[in-house]
Amino acid sequence: MRTESFDAVVVGGGLVGAAIAYGLQRQGLATLLLDEGDIAFRASRGNFGLVWVQSKGLGAPHYQRWTRGSAEEWPALAADLAARTGLGTGLHQPGGVHLCLSEEEFEKRGAQMARLQREAGNLGMEYRMIRGAEARDMLPGLGPKVVGVSWTPYDGHASPLFLLRALHTGFTGLGGRYQPNARVERSSAAPHDFSVEAGGTTYRAPRLVLAAGLGNAELAPRFGLSAPVRPERGQILVTERARQVLPMPCTTIRQTEEGALLLGDSKEDAGFDLGQKPEIMRAIAQRAVLSFPWIAELNLVRAWSALRVMAPDGLPIYDQSERFPGAFTANCHSGVTLAGTHANRLAPMIAAGALDPEMTPFSARRFDVRNAA
Amino acid sequence: MFATRPDTRPATVEVLVDGTPVRVPEGASAAAAVLAAGLPALRETPVTGAPRLPYCMMGVCFDCLAEIDGTPNRQSCLVTVSPGMRIAPQRGARAPL
Repeated sequence: MRTESFDAVVVGGGLVGAAIAYGLQRQGLATLLLDEGDIAFRASRGNFGLVWVQSKGLGAPHYQRWTRGSAEEWPALAADLAARTGLGTGLHQPGGVHLCLSEEEFEKRGAQMARLQREAGNLGMEYRMIRGAEARDMLPGLGPKVVGVSWTPYDGHASPLFLLRALHTGFTGLGGRYQPNARVERSSAAPHDFSVEAGGTTYRAPRLVLAAGLGNAELAPRFGLSAPVRPERGQILVTERARQVLPMPCTTIRQTEEGALLLGDSKEDAGFDLGQKPEIMRAIAQRAVLSFPWIAELNLVRAWSALRVMAPDGLPIYDQSERFPGAFTANCHSGVTLAGTHANRLAPMIAAGALDPEMTPFSARRFDVRNAA
Repeated sequence: MFATRPDTRPATVEVLVDGTPVRVPEGASAAAAVLAAGLPALRETPVTGAPRLPYCMMGVCFDCLAEIDGTPNRQSCLVTVSPGMRIAPQRGARAPL
């Protein structure tokens, strides 16, 4: 079998793998990006497209910081990708809101936001709980059922597909090698010496990054790592394109740069089933219409489901193997939001051979019985 | 550009394409009526303003979007004509508010 050598091999051609591979190649490492193919679950193709900070990291300040950091890195990443590839990523960061449809939701949200602000510590976290009347000035056509909103200036949104395309184009433009239809078959591991077989070729590298989404669960143990991730299904409805109405994204509703409205944010345990359910679609549509009654007049043109990559506690996993240094995992359900830190902060750490101390809480060792006890 | 085949069913249903009466056979699609009417363009796209006419005629390409009986953005190739149907061009994205 043919053997090729690289400085780094990244397994997984979705948003996480592509952002890391782009970052590694930009650091000057000859990088190979292995992509399984269209038989993969392709969470990156079904992403809602928020660059979202509020509501991330309740009880986990390290995750709040990491998410905020990514929102801060995003403009530089978008500008860098645009300069190298000529591709826009549809990034807008005007701030964002979460809509509350009852007093109970509003109270609960307020308590969560206050806790996030306490947990932010010295980083600080600016937010406001805004009542209906003032919120109606911010958001045209806001429904009478909306009691209030939580707002932060950090939130935004982008096009997941344009981001994915820009990362791939940027990566190969820098000299990175993209290998599609390359499911990892056999592999072997030694410290700083890895080999994987994919698509009839053996690839060797001193660095290996597992960014294969749900596939990491099976791959990680081979390299002395652990990635206990499971699928969480989300469904999305898409309307026809309309004139720009929404000045900022909401947690479950956003208007794309092209004008379509995306409605979403369902959460289901459905195993690996990529189907859709009428009752879930109905609930998404009902909440959207209660939020903005004018949405009821728009035609729905598409709907899909995708599988989030969820760790048991819903937080990302980043690790370097203790047994086989040079092997890393990266797992998360926010491939768009975290693209900024993945490309601009995580990739340089991997290139340098060590994750910063701030990454320690993201280790999958947190799930070990002894650590949890 | 388009002409009706001589051997088809008789054109018995009258619809209005951009206000002009057009007769098409029963069971024809609204998009067929648009092509028979010979409009230069049925719509301008919401993003770039490029002109469009019906293309795939089978519900896939969305190029045939039109305002039909007051409802914008309907796929006219999937809508069967009815007497008096109003098929109107649209310019850019609809205003939802």
